[in-house]
Amino acid sequence: MVLLLIPIAIVSAVGALLAAALVFAERVITNYGDVEVDINGGEKRFTIRGGGSLLENLTLQKIFIPSACGGRSTCGYCKVKVTEGAGPLLPTEEPYLDDAERKAGVRLSCQVKLRNSLRIEIPQELLTIKEYQCTCEEIIDYTYDTKQFRLTFLDGQRMKYTPGQYVQLLSPQYEKSPEEVYRAYSISSDPADETAIELIVRRVPDGICTTYMFDYLKEGDKVRINGPYGHFYLRETNVPIIFIAGGSGIAPIKCMLHHMQNTKNPRKSIFFFGVRSTKDLFLVDEMKAFEETVRVFKFVSVVSQPEPDAKWDGVTGRVTNAASDYLDKQPDAQQYEGYLCGSPGMIESSVQVLAKFGIPEDRIYFDKFS
Amino acid sequence: MNAPDNSMVHLSIILFTAVFTDNILLARFLGMCSFLSVSRQVKTAVGLGLAVVFVMTFTIALDWIAYRYILQPYAIEYFRFILFIVIIAAFVQFVEMALERFSPVLYQNLGIFLPLITVNCAILGASLFMVIRAYGLAEAVVFGFGSGIGWMLAIIAMAGIRERLNNARIPKGLQGPGITLVIAGIMALAFIGFTGVLSGR
Repeated sequence: MVLLLIPIAIVSAVGALLAAALVFAERVITNYGDVEVDINGGEKRFTIRGGGSLLENLTLQKIFIPSACGGRSTCGYCKVKVTEGAGPLLPTEEPYLDDAERKAGVRLSCQVKLRNSLRIEIPQELLTIKEYQCTCEEIIDYTYDTKQFRLTFLDGQRMKYTPGQYVQLLSPQYEKSPEEVYRAYSISSDPADETAIELIVRRVPDGICTTYMFDYLKEGDKVRINGPYGHFYLRETNVPIIFIAGGSGIAPIKCMLHHMQNTKNPRKSIFFFGVRSTKDLFLVDEMKAFEETVRVFKFVSVVSQPEPDAKWDGVTGRVTNAASDYLDKQPDAQQYEGYLCGSPGMIESSVQVLAKFGIPEDRIYFDKFS
Repeated sequence: MNAPDNSMVHLSIILFTAVFTDNILLARFLGMCSFLSVSRQVKTAVGLGLAVVFVMTFTIALDWIAYRYILQPYAIEYFRFILFIVIIAAFVQFVEMALERFSPVLYQNLGIFLPLITVNCAILGASLFMVIRAYGLAEAVVFGFGSGIGWMLAIIAMAGIRERLNNARIPKGLQGPGITLVIAGIMALAFIGFTGVLSGR
């Protein structure tokens, strides 16, 4: 017995000794002291113990750089511009960077080690993206297939976002879906309230996330989201605005209208809201109320196929035709800025209509459902 | 145990044998994985080759000491596999840390290959041959150094050939690992030409 144990003890002892020596060496040798990372010329700054990779330290700081391989230099997603202190380009990074990127100082943040202070540049949108834990506070039925979900942030978190942006909601594993998926939904609520957001969601037949939200999510349940994302927001100009939205595409427009109301925006604006039948209409009274509170705003709901027995006295037809008729009467039609949100088909025909009136493409902004 | 023969002639024979006649890569086919995967460019092949030379020379010395003063006295030579591997891994880790800290330039050219080497069977193979052949310390170090040089020569030659192959038309079924293994085989045949020139056992 002892004969058996002694050799094992000896080998283990040598192994332990080497491990201890390594741990000690790591303490002494890889102690780079504290280094400072400066993001976007002083916008954000943090001091941290050197030695680790830039990517892992940014993640510790809750700055999420996209990365799929977990820092092994095989995906090439975690590109970050390092303007100072990165050291020479490593052979492990070379395959992922083209000439223009090399010149600009783009590096793979998983390969850049924090040995000294760094200055880096990160796109603004990545800086503000965070993960939020929320409670589903309230679910309102708008129509037979559209609901509004109000999500309140937990732990005193607040979200600052630009009206028109969207968040991604995590649909967890549940009996109809073995995997977690993220789906994007525009924020529809008043941006002045940073403690909660509202999403307007239309049921997608057999959709993984909408089935979860419609059939499984209950008031009081916990929900995980991240964001905000997107470039669909009101540009700061003085020209008149035409909003065109279909169905749940009303969400980001509603958010923008709240914002215009809050900031007493004086721009002339009109909103064409298109649905198929009168039973698809919702939020009409709220939109009408904006006509009182937003300076020069008009709301027009357009029903393409009103039910024969419904008493619909509003505009009938395609929402794009209604918009076209309106622009036809505006002498300054080509001055307008277009904001569109809805199905790809609706967006495409709307863009064509706006282009017909001489509105250039770079003044037409849209958020396409896909 | 015979007293080791440390004469210059004997040591140079061991060196020559390790580099050419009994090339650890082409005669023993050890260290194939990194040989096949990192032989696309001469530049990286040189870096990896130098790292192998360095690590092999030092780990064989450390392994010799461990074998002579830990394993042999307790008659537990059969633990050499575990112990050698542990020593090699620890040494590589240590060198990587030290290089990264004190010589960024060297680290950039050599250091990034070190993790690849930890699992390189040629390194362990050299240490095991040293045990089988009952080398003394000086012989072991020379043998380790020679084996490293031999391995480096082979991978540089392979990288040179593969660089030229980039412009060659290779049948589809042979592209990639296929043609590389065929070349390795032909190179091994060429090295067999050294057989019998000197036998430094």
